[in-house]
Formats: sequence, C-alpha cells, structure tokens
Amino acid sequence: MAGHGNGNGEEVKLLGIWFSPYVRRVVWALELKGIDYEWVELSFRDPKNRSRSLLEHNPVLKRVPVLVHRGRPVVESLVIVEYIDETWRNNPVLPLDPYERAVARFWANFVDQKITEVLIKLLSLTDKTQMEEEAKQASKALEIVDRELKAKGKKFFGGETIGLVDIALSIVTNWMEAIEEVLDVRIFDSRTHPLIAQWKTNFVEFVRHNLPPKDGLLRFYRRYHQSKIASVAPSRL
Amino acid sequence: MGEEELKVLGAWGSPFSRRVEIALELKGVPFQYIEENVFDEKLKSPLLLKCNPVHRKVPVLLHDGKPVVESLIILEYIDETWKNNPILPPDPHRRAQARFWAHFIDHKCMPPVWTALLGSVEEREKAVEEVRECLKTLEGVLDGNRFFGGETIGLVDIAANFIAYWLRAIQEVSGLDFMNEDQLPLLTKWCEEFVSCNVVKEHLPPRDKLITFMKNWLSANGWSWTD
Repeated sequence: MAGHGNGNGEEVKLLGIWFSPYVRRVVWALELKGIDYEWVELSFRDPKNRSRSLLEHNPVLKRVPVLVHRGRPVVESLVIVEYIDETWRNNPVLPLDPYERAVARFWANFVDQKITEVLIKLLSLTDKTQMEEEAKQASKALEIVDRELKAKGKKFFGGETIGLVDIALSIVTNWMEAIEEVLDVRIFDSRTHPLIAQWKTNFVEFVRHNLPPKDGLLRFYRRYHQSKIASVAPSRL
Repeated sequence: MGEEELKVLGAWGSPFSRRVEIALELKGVPFQYIEENVFDEKLKSPLLLKCNPVHRKVPVLLHDGKPVVESLIILEYIDETWKNNPILPPDPHRRAQARFWAHFIDHKCMPPVWTALLGSVEEREKAVEEVRECLKTLEGVLDGNRFFGGETIGLVDIAANFIAYWLRAIQEVSGLDFMNEDQLPLLTKWCEEFVSCNVVKEHLPPRDKLITFMKNWLSANGWSWTD
C-alpha cells in the first residue's frame, strides 16, 4: 500500500510513472510483502523535476523504476525485485532452491527479451511489415512460455502465488492488449496460448486489478505511436 | 564418494563460457569440460540441444544432469550452491549493485562493440564513442579498488572478463581505439590484475589463436584495414 513510506519501520520510496510496466513490477513485489512505501510520480509533465530526480538516483541509465531504501537507490526492475526479496523475507518471489531460482531467472529473462522488449519496440516502428514480423516472433515466444506453464501444471509460475516469472509476464495483460489495439497487430491468441489465457485472468485477480487502466494506456500509446509516425513522415508544405 | 557430476558445455573463444570456468575454479570445484562447435548449427551436439533447446547456446552447466543456462544465471547458481569464496557480497544493496553492473556490461558495453565492427559506417563512430562512455563509467565504479568485488574478484569482475581480454584483442586486430590507457588508468590496471589472477589465467583463450580467429572473422564480415 503506497503510504507514508514507513517500510515497516524503514524509509522506502518508489520513483515511478503510472504507465510503466517495469515500475508496476516493483509495486506488486512491495505489496505482496506488505511493505509500506511512498510513491513518487516522475511525470513527463514536470521534466525539470524528473530530470533532477533521475540524475540524482539513477545517473547511469536515467530511468524509472528507482527504489530508494534507507536513502540508497536500487535500479532495474528485476534487480529491484530480487533486492526486495532478499531484504524482506516473507512471501518469497523466488524459490529457495538454487536450481529452481536459476530456472525462474531464465524464464524471466526470456519473457523480457522476447516479449516485453519487443512490445515496447513495436510502438516505435512505423513499417507495418516489420511490425507484423516482430509481432509474429513475440507470439512464437509466447507459445514457448505457454508450453512451459503447461509443464509446470500450477496456477502461476510461482506456484499458488506469483513469482519472478509471473511478474515479468505481466506485460501480456493491459499493456499488450493496449499495444495490440493501437497498432492493430495480434500477438496473444487464446487458441494458440490457452494457458496464458487462464493465467491472465488469475494474475489480474491476484494483483487485485492493480494495473494502469487500459483506456489510459490506449490514449498514451496512441499519442506516442503517432509522434513516431510524424517524425518519419515527409514534411508537407 | 558422493562426487557430483558437473559438466560445462563451452566454446574456447567465448567469454561467456570462460566466466563459468573461472567461477568453478574459484570455488575449487572439479568439472568436465565439453567443447561445442557454436558456429555451425548442424555441428551442435545433441547434448547441447537437449540442455538448451530455447537458445541453443553455450555455456551450459550440467549439475547432476540438470542444465543451467546463461552465464550470469550460472554464476549466481554456482555462488548459491558452493558457499566458499563468494562472488557476491552478503549485503542485499551491494548485491543489487553488482547485478546492475554485470547487466550493464552485457547489455550496454558489449553490443556497441559489435556495432563498431559490423555496423554501417554511420553507426560505427557512434558505437565506438558509446563503448568509450561505458568504459569511463566502469573506471568510476572501480573507485580505487583493486577489483570490482573489492579485494578479491566478484561477479562484476568475472562478467568484465570480456573487457580485460577480448576487447584488447579486438582493439589490436581492428585498430579501433576503445580503451585509452591514459584516460582509464584504473581500468587499465584492473585489466592486468584480473588476467594475472590464478583462477583466471588458465581460463583465457590462447592469445595467438584468438587474434588469428578475430582477423579471419573480421575479414569474413567485410572489415577493411584501410585506415
């Protein structure tokens, strides 16, 4: 629960932005563990403040999320989630067994590389053929994940509760749906990805709909994509 | 008895598979090394394809028949399984920093090196500059320490093996100036310290073989030395 940032006795701040899938991951990890934190929105509408904050807390990559705990920053969403897991030991997000941890890290990386990053890249593409090719690759990757989930035979990759892989896979919920709609591409298909279909329902319910609203994402992504198209279109006199 | 079966599927020239060797050496864990042909899909072993069906790449660590893939993931697995000579510190914040820098090396430092060698003419100059910026950042991270891990090598040092050895070979072969020793005194010293470490020096590819390989590889990829 975003609150006073007591962090159960310690100062916890999360610097983020409402639409970012990477930031939301950290929110879920904090909420899963019942950690009280202060949310700081670094809006694009306040660029000077945003720049200053990012420069101070994440000088190398200059992006959100940034978790500030006891005054010290942690960056990169999956690194932050592991940090949270190691600092607050209740409701673990990673399994205890080293082999299972390695497997979880592998699939989280796979999802990010083959699906999350592709989705984000799609928004910057203007060539329809290229877009469809990338979407096709992402869909194939999602099939692999679907098979893995089937082999797992549980509600989530984390078992009965969400784990690291589920947190990464969250991209297929509102974000993917919004991007598919804005770009008119198809990646997820309930027939090709039947287990992911069920997983989506379970996931959204588990995080109690704590997701950026889809209509907000639609508006935001539409504007973003339009700006990309405009920057490559020949100027008209 | 009770000797666990440990195999490493690797490639002699791969910095990634060498990282795994260094970590196992550091922990004093014996393993069987299996050389894979990574350039010809048809020559990849059935074992490799079985252990890493998704990416079909080395390194793979096979521990009692269970495969672990991706070098940084393997390093963490090794550290969690064999507790002596830890490569990650106990403090969560310092662990997060180490993970951040290891990923920085793989995702920010390395890709522009390949762009500088294989990209279009316009991309190359920018890529060289990007590499220089990354190295400058790493110089700052060293902050006067002997190693990124402090007094002994850690996750970041092992991840940076590419910089200590491969990058310098690439410089020599290509003539591109990524690492200026005058501007990066700490990093330059670190390179020398790192490659001299006992646990490292056995796990570097033979220099001549690497240089020859790179010359051939660059030629095959259209590199011209007319500078």
